[in-house]
Amino acid sequence: MSSVSRIILQRLGLGILTLFIVSIVIFIAVNLLPGDFAQLVLGQGATPEAVEAIRKDLGLDQGLIPRYFQWLGGVLVGDLGNSFANANFASFVGTNANVTAPTVAEQIAPRFEATLFLAGVTAAIAVPLSLTLGILAALYRNSIFDRVTNVFTLSSISSPEFFLAYILILFLAVMNPLLPSLSNIHDGLPFGERLTRTLLPALTLTLAVTAQMMRMTRAAIINLLASPYIEMARLKGLSPLRVIVTHALPNALAPIITVIALNLAYLITGVVVVEVVFVYPGIGQLFVDSVKIRDIPLVQACCLIFAAAYILLNLTADVLSILSNPRLRHPK
Amino acid sequence: MTVLYIALMIVGCVGLGWVFRFTGQRISDNAPYFRDMGLGSAFGFALGMVVLLWVVVTYYRGITAEGQDANKYFFFLVAVHGLIAFSVLAYFFRVLGTLIGSEGSKKVFRNMPLTASFGIVIILAYAFVSLFAGQISVTTIVIVGVIGLIIAEIVRAGGDGDAAKGIGAAFGIAIVIMIVMFFVGPLAPYGQEEVLAKANVVPGGNPAMGGDPEFPLGTDQIGRDILSRLIYGAQNTVGIAFATTVLSFLIGGSLGLLAATLGGWLDQVVSRAVDVLMAIPALIFALLLMTIASAWAGSEKWLLTVFMVIIIAVIDSTRVFRLSRAVGLNIVVMDYIEAAKLRGEGLSYLIFREILPNATAPLLAEFGLRFCFVFLTIASLSFLGVGIQPPLADWGTMVKDLAQFINFAAFAPQVASAPLLAAGAIALLTVAVNFVVDWMLHKSSGLKE
Repeated sequence: MSSVSRIILQRLGLGILTLFIVSIVIFIAVNLLPGDFAQLVLGQGATPEAVEAIRKDLGLDQGLIPRYFQWLGGVLVGDLGNSFANANFASFVGTNANVTAPTVAEQIAPRFEATLFLAGVTAAIAVPLSLTLGILAALYRNSIFDRVTNVFTLSSISSPEFFLAYILILFLAVMNPLLPSLSNIHDGLPFGERLTRTLLPALTLTLAVTAQMMRMTRAAIINLLASPYIEMARLKGLSPLRVIVTHALPNALAPIITVIALNLAYLITGVVVVEVVFVYPGIGQLFVDSVKIRDIPLVQACCLIFAAAYILLNLTADVLSILSNPRLRHPK
Repeated sequence: MTVLYIALMIVGCVGLGWVFRFTGQRISDNAPYFRDMGLGSAFGFALGMVVLLWVVVTYYRGITAEGQDANKYFFFLVAVHGLIAFSVLAYFFRVLGTLIGSEGSKKVFRNMPLTASFGIVIILAYAFVSLFAGQISVTTIVIVGVIGLIIAEIVRAGGDGDAAKGIGAAFGIAIVIMIVMFFVGPLAPYGQEEVLAKANVVPGGNPAMGGDPEFPLGTDQIGRDILSRLIYGAQNTVGIAFATTVLSFLIGGSLGLLAATLGGWLDQVVSRAVDVLMAIPALIFALLLMTIASAWAGSEKWLLTVFMVIIIAVIDSTRVFRLSRAVGLNIVVMDYIEAAKLRGEGLSYLIFREILPNATAPLLAEFGLRFCFVFLTIASLSFLGVGIQPPLADWGTMVKDLAQFINFAAFAPQVASAPLLAAGAIALLTVAVNFVVDWMLHKSSGLKE
């Protein structure tokens, strides 16, 4: 087995192990909640029998460890359990027992798809934009253009997302009604309309992530400009743009790819605030809502999905940066 | 249609750039600057000129507009005025810095970019507002004085007379300011929890528009003065974020330096634990733990704030641990550490007298960045409704509560300004800190090209 595939397999194994431990951490954290859902939903005047019945139905009467493995086993086959809040408690009082409540997986699936759509639109805008800006900033380094972009990107990266969101709403939705300020997305919306309604949150996220990618691109390229082969390309009489795009950029790809993957990870996990501002029906909003009503299976599942996406993209960044290093790809 | 417009604009700018370069070559008799200018740079200049022209024209139309028309330009004018005011402020602060102070500090100010001087002046302003938002008590003054005396004496005993003098002078100035502010009174005109008779007063102080000169920024839905709450927000939000960052550095920094110095199983255990904690996205983990904390705290709102400080400090200390361990590892291999070990110095001497002084610079820059991160996390949590709890005034909560007024911006821009001010107050501080940190990092890295 070549060394590079061994390294990649190692990283994969490490990622799976991390995910496993993270799932334990999440499970334990959630089960630290005082009182359980049965008491919460029935309130003060609950009879012990009713509490016991709900506990039994939800499996809360078992110990921590069997419950964990039950949950984990379910997760592995795509069964994330039943949402407490939407559970059909009518069955406990004996009426209307045939109505089925949506499972967590059913609740999460459309939300997750919406979040992926938002992240995809953002990435489609942010990645080309930040690469272009980064290359331009490296090309015209220390000029007025470089300084102005530096100030702007630094400001946008350090502002809270809701500030950027409200500024965009103010100028693009309220003062000049170009885009809708609420992302009212539902099934069966034509693609164009859906894109328009997603554009404002996507622009907010673009402002939040572009800065770091652009600064990294600039720094990675400028780092290489002192190398002898760049000097050579310059002495051959190539134009500055060509020196940077064909000679410096390919060698600067590793850090750039890493930072892009990290920012995509941020896009999937950092959407919570933006989704709340724009009432975008994504997984971030579902998470905040379920946190507020302490819907344990939903909180667990959302947390796990976020952590998995985060670990996966970090892993991708790791693997890609290994693959982009020719010394590792072609060992002596 | 929009695409066509943009394309036309780009083509126009390229043409304008070409004309600009051509006239430059003719007028300056083919000077090297214009002769060697690429079309890209010329395009940049042209675009810059067009944008500047647009700003000037819009500004002119804004100040001459009347009645309903003027509302459209309200935020534009505020932005331009703000930008100019902050630039002038930063410029004069830098000039002041080059005139007052020791030779070393003068030199620092002379080479400072305008953004860094802006950052420093904003940080000082925030510190001032957050310290003197409420009435300052005599005990505080006495405590600060005693702490200053103790620190100066410790430094003097350490054999550094000049540093002791500097510290003494700094505390002396602080105490003079505090005594002055003691007689001036609190900066906030009303208390942060004070419910006044008038609710929903419109900002702007114009009675014809539903305002009240007594409440320049108006009052909120239950009649609390928004200006006072903004000022107290500086104390609560910044103060709590600062305390959290300090706590996170105490945890992360000491564990990191210990792990670097001792190595072995301690290093392994803590590093693996940190790896796992860092695999969960920070905001998500904070939200999860806040759910549990809110259940534990019950109706005790202040307890929830304490829990939040601890939770965020622990989550954030993982990042501090990473950095301080890395910095520590680089220092531990130095010869002087070896020498100190051979002298038989104890662990505390190694960490406090040998490693810590050499790790101060990177840790200080990191402190700025971590502070921004913690500050933004707390603001986001408050914005989502699980952060700092009422009745404490807090900027994130204020944005959440007042956000719907932004929709009135088109016909009553003053109404929309309250939530934007709160959000802007958060943004301004983080931008300022980032400017200063960026400058410090640039200075220490020595990257020129």
